[in-house]
Amino acid sequence: MDGGLSPIAATRLGRGASVSLVDLEKRFEGVGAVRGISLEIASGEFLTLLGPSGSGKTTTLMMIAGFETPSGGDIAIDRASVVGVPPHRRNIGMVFQNYALFPHLTVAENIAFPLKQRGVDRGTRAVRVKEALALVRLPGYEARYPRQLSGGQQQRVALARAIVFQPRLLLMDEPLGALDKQLRESLQLEMRRLHADLGITFVYVTHDQEEALTMSDRIAVVNEGRIAQLGAPEALYDRPCDRFVASFLGESNFLTGTVRGMETGVVVAECAGAVLRGVAPQALAAGAAVTLSTRPERMRFADALPAAPGNRLRATVTEAVFAGERCRYLLRAEDGTMLVVKEPSSATTRRRAVGEVAELAWPVADTVVV
Amino acid sequence: MTQAASAPVLLVGPLLLFMAAFYAFPVLAMLARSVTDPHPTLANFAHLAGDGVFLHVFGTTLRTAFIVTAGTLFLGYPVALALSRMRPTAATITLVIVLLPFWTSVLVRSYAWMVLLGRRGLINEALRALDLIDAPLRLLNTPLAVNLAMIHILLPYMILPIASVLRQIDPSLPRAAAGMGATPWGAFRQVVLPLSMPGALAGTLLVFVLSLGFYITPALVGGPRDLMLSQLIAQQVDLLNWPYAACLSVTLLAATLVLLGATQVLPGVRGAFRLGTR
Repeated sequence: MDGGLSPIAATRLGRGASVSLVDLEKRFEGVGAVRGISLEIASGEFLTLLGPSGSGKTTTLMMIAGFETPSGGDIAIDRASVVGVPPHRRNIGMVFQNYALFPHLTVAENIAFPLKQRGVDRGTRAVRVKEALALVRLPGYEARYPRQLSGGQQQRVALARAIVFQPRLLLMDEPLGALDKQLRESLQLEMRRLHADLGITFVYVTHDQEEALTMSDRIAVVNEGRIAQLGAPEALYDRPCDRFVASFLGESNFLTGTVRGMETGVVVAECAGAVLRGVAPQALAAGAAVTLSTRPERMRFADALPAAPGNRLRATVTEAVFAGERCRYLLRAEDGTMLVVKEPSSATTRRRAVGEVAELAWPVADTVVV
Repeated sequence: MTQAASAPVLLVGPLLLFMAAFYAFPVLAMLARSVTDPHPTLANFAHLAGDGVFLHVFGTTLRTAFIVTAGTLFLGYPVALALSRMRPTAATITLVIVLLPFWTSVLVRSYAWMVLLGRRGLINEALRALDLIDAPLRLLNTPLAVNLAMIHILLPYMILPIASVLRQIDPSLPRAAAGMGATPWGAFRQVVLPLSMPGALAGTLLVFVLSLGFYITPALVGGPRDLMLSQLIAQQVDLLNWPYAACLSVTLLAATLVLLGATQVLPGVRGAFRLGTR
């Protein structure tokens, strides 16, 4: 494409549906799969429901699509409740995990399917199919059957079929799950581009944190049927609210200790034989137990830094792995806490040997109470 | 030949010999009589073409096969559809109920229909008790009885292939159709029905071919004026009219083979019921 918007895209710009979930619940035979999810999804937003399998993220998506009936709470699309509206009247685009392409229909017939249901005439259908195929970069594939396409191509056809009828909301259930890593990465970028082009609301379900971080405007981390934390990717990564979010979204080092006192938004604590500081969302009482969390790539060896303000901690190297773009060290602090440090590699960085005692240093701002 | 390559031949050898001696030879000998008795000739077949009895019987046979096939398809498809949508436990129970008649002898089931349809059978007695009729209805020994009993007996042959194909359809497909705006009926007609056609065709063919050669049920519940082909063959064998019986057998076999052949050639039907491996 030349960078201009396709006709499908142009008509849709900035016209995504808003979705609001209010105390949404779903029980299967008494067992709560979704246990009170409230969420406001803005028009045109790319929101990702991120969570481990069984967390309730897919069930939530299925309730928005209308394939599951909520046990409690409400779902509103553009402020109108859709509870009780059958899926075929919701006008929502959906991409399934296994693509769900119709094997007995050609690519063109698959993409034309939603148009046919809406009584669009044959000529218009052909034009729109062509347009949708161009949008997912598969021009000329009309006459093929799904089984003649690769996984990535099938995925694009599923995407084209989900957007061809110009829905204002697109739901995606782990659409890249079955693809290999490289293809996944290129399709992630394409999804972002498509989202920007179409301007419609995307609700995306995945268990892959990298996918969530790459594509989303906001991420809702779902755990055990509830939203553990909601926010922009950077906010979630830098300020995880609890241990689950800190370890599910990226890797984290946890240091446990006792609170000594507070200094304007910063807690001072004794952890692993050192006095450490961390950003605290609320005041903590002296003597209380506290866990501080820091990302492995935010920690450095103090002797490699010109000036190392902030937290410092002595630890012994127990494992050193060179992984190309970075070195990954495993260290043991004096109290036995294991820490991971990821240091960007360069020809001049000194490799640490196993058994070496080193001092780690990292900024207070990169330390959070979880 | 290596030992590994000769092993399969050795393994199927005994059965092949048995089949050749006790099945292939008698059948071929019988078929040969259709063109050699009393002397090499095609006159037997020429005679068949102008034979009023044969044409009537052949017509009855084809008509019965059509009605029974249509009946089992009409009754069986919804059952197969229901089976494919049930939870595992309910599906198993239903499958057992469908299969139950399968495990009962055709003879027993045909007698059961005689008990139901007879002059003093359950249906007539019930209707009389309710004062709906004065004289017993003639139900047994009619084409209706044959069609009813054969539909009942052949239903599993229709339900099983359809259910098996329906169950292989990815449940996310009708779901996706609904998500794209298809009504429940639209999703069925445009997605589930076309994808289940191989099963429906397999069942149709199976029931039709079995119907063509059905013997016991028409003999027990059918009327004397509505003979089926297999009954006529048996009758002629009883009368020791071998050339005529052989001709009829060849006709039945040919009709069956033509049908099977058609399924291999017709576009769309291929793959639905393919002999041999894919």
